[in-house]
Amino acid sequence: MKISFVLNGRDVLLDTDPLRRLLDVLRDEFNLTGVKEGCGEGECGACSVLVNDKIMYSCILPVGSVDGSRVLTIEGYRETERYKVLQEAFTEAGSVQCGFCTPGFIMAAEALLSEDASPDEKSIREAISGNLCRCTGYSMIVDGIKIASRKGRGLW
Amino acid sequence: MVRTYRPQSFQEALEIKKGAPVITIAGGTDLMVKRRRSTGLSPYFEVPAMFIAHLGEIKGVRFDGGNIRIGAACSFAVLLQNEATPPILKTAVSRIASPAVRNMGTIGGNICNASPAGDTLPVLYARDASVVLKSIDQERILKISEFITAPGETVLREDELLKEIVIPEKPFDVNFYRKVGTGMTNTISKITFTGIAEILNGMVKDIRITFGAVAPTVVRSRVNEERLIGHSGKEIEKMIPEISSLYSALINPIDDQRSNAFYRRSVSLRLLGHFLRALPGC
Repeated sequence: MKISFVLNGRDVLLDTDPLRRLLDVLRDEFNLTGVKEGCGEGECGACSVLVNDKIMYSCILPVGSVDGSRVLTIEGYRETERYKVLQEAFTEAGSVQCGFCTPGFIMAAEALLSEDASPDEKSIREAISGNLCRCTGYSMIVDGIKIASRKGRGLW
Repeated sequence: MVRTYRPQSFQEALEIKKGAPVITIAGGTDLMVKRRRSTGLSPYFEVPAMFIAHLGEIKGVRFDGGNIRIGAACSFAVLLQNEATPPILKTAVSRIASPAVRNMGTIGGNICNASPAGDTLPVLYARDASVVLKSIDQERILKISEFITAPGETVLREDELLKEIVIPEKPFDVNFYRKVGTGMTNTISKITFTGIAEILNGMVKDIRITFGAVAPTVVRSRVNEERLIGHSGKEIEKMIPEISSLYSALINPIDDQRSNAFYRRSVSLRLLGHFLRALPGC
């Protein structure tokens, strides 16, 4: 089946099995390896991407489902001012240790901040509740998002 | 690689259904996990698959002449945002999986999967929800309790699709929902309890009680509910031991990897007690 969508701001068209996981298509066809496979069953959030600005797990999303949609991965998001603020805030707060979960957390942070530019701690914890991190214990990630929200005022 | 369909309308989807057996994919959050293979391989489907989550006709929530009508492909996130969604259903949906899964998963999927632990089901049973089933030739409307027959089993025919869910619009004064699981996120329920009540002049005018994940299908008993109707909170408080034993006979929990029967039974009955004590006048 021919599937077209907007990937990181660029129109893409591919002829493939629409049941393939978006995760595999992103990594294998487009070399977007910032999208990680953790659990492969929609629990850990390492494969999170934004589809029409909504956070979704690309490991359980058949590529046929995103036909006609906008897909944003960490590689596309990296080009934005918002990303730079999050990157600096994560560095400042020590939100990154091994880094495997980080792209997913950044996408979850963007999904949150684009809906609520000044979230309270409860909203932050809810927004990242579908992402697992085995290193930080989460508090530093929560701090990182708080710092980004403060320093990025006006960007979201 | 099996054939896949991506119909442009609900009507076209029904035509495809009429032609040959297909597996319907809405949000895909359960199917893609159940049928997953190794990294890099497509999930396994033995018959053609049909995508329906993009069909705008079955994605909305609206008030309609005394009812709330929810499109089968309405995602959990949309349900949470829509003002027509009953508050008790929002409470249940807000505890389903995670933000990402709530953006993908649909209420129709939750119903058609017919898992004993499907978290919208006890609320839909309590609210007397019906399902509208469409085929090219006809439309059937069934109570949700008639639609789901066993774990994973429904009376949906090969040529039918679930089109919408219809919930009678009716305010309840007490809305009590509890989910018990091992965590707050991505947690499959060990037990869910739903209790709703309408109170008039200090008496229970209507009451609905359902238990999820403690029997093959949702447990609800109109006979037991009717015993409570017409009583005050004070009277009901005294009836708790009797009512608990009636429900204890109805629920039939199992031991599995998530919990055990003893825990499920005792917590179910405790939640029932909490709800009954939360009625006004207790």
